[in-house]
Amino acid sequence: MDAVAQWRKQWFDYTQYLRLEGFLDDQFAQLKKLQDENSPDFVVEVVSLFFQDSEKLLNNMARALEQNVVDFKQVDACVHQFKGSSAWIGAMRLKNVCINFRNYCEAQNLEGCLGCLQQVQQECSALKNNLENLFRLEQQIVAAGGSIPVME
Amino acid sequence: MESGFASSSKGFMENVDQPHVLAVDDSDIDRKLIEKLLKNFSCKVTTAENGPMALEFLGLGDHQNHSNISKVNLVITDYCMPGMTGYELLKKIKESSVMKEVPVVIMSSENIPNRINKCLEEGAQMFMLKPIKQSDIKQLRCHLMNCRS
Repeated sequence: MDAVAQWRKQWFDYTQYLRLEGFLDDQFAQLKKLQDENSPDFVVEVVSLFFQDSEKLLNNMARALEQNVVDFKQVDACVHQFKGSSAWIGAMRLKNVCINFRNYCEAQNLEGCLGCLQQVQQECSALKNNLENLFRLEQQIVAAGGSIPVME
Repeated sequence: MESGFASSSKGFMENVDQPHVLAVDDSDIDRKLIEKLLKNFSCKVTTAENGPMALEFLGLGDHQNHSNISKVNLVITDYCMPGMTGYELLKKIKESSVMKEVPVVIMSSENIPNRINKCLEEGAQMFMLKPIKQSDIKQLRCHLMNCRS
């Protein structure tokens, strides 16, 4: 198998794994469809923006949960925003943790919230690694003269 | 001069080659995505971060500068925004004598029937659930051109 075919196979296997594990869902494929010659780096741009925003949101959530009197509405607003962004990029696991998180906010359950915050941080980290791996694979395919397969 | 300004909400895409859409959303990611979705369907897009800025652009802001009314063919707005919600923005547009014919589409990440009905009753053309796909924009276009699928 030549280099391009090998990288492409790896790409298929990796995206399959990411979908099976629930890291990415169909919406990620939708996101990829938006990329074209006019905006060849669109997906990377959106993903970078997502992680920039998520850092701010996570900090805000952590700070809000540290207060003596926790403003659960404020935490919920952050989680709502985070859930929305996660949905846009197809980050299914993150989105699901956010759903739980919002329930704990509504119940004003501090312990539950703190647990979810930790989970969100872990999932975010894992997703970042996974996407970096995926983008690296894609760069390798292109560098070897191949084209990135279409995600269905 | 009102060239490019569809006087009825039906056929807004029909008469205009490159419809001008005003997209309103407080989230930068959402704005980026909506803009791309619309541009991929040959729309010219202006984005605004909030209701007041949208109204300003439409010439309905505090300065009420009617001589500078922008020729917008469609407004698409998020529902949940701090300060002025998408619903409040919708109301202001429908209350204005100059802008009330402009179709307004509301987007939300939450599927709440009360919310949807409220917006449609206030004159929203359509309600779209986020995350929005290309097929949703296609449907929007069809709806506004009064297509039968």
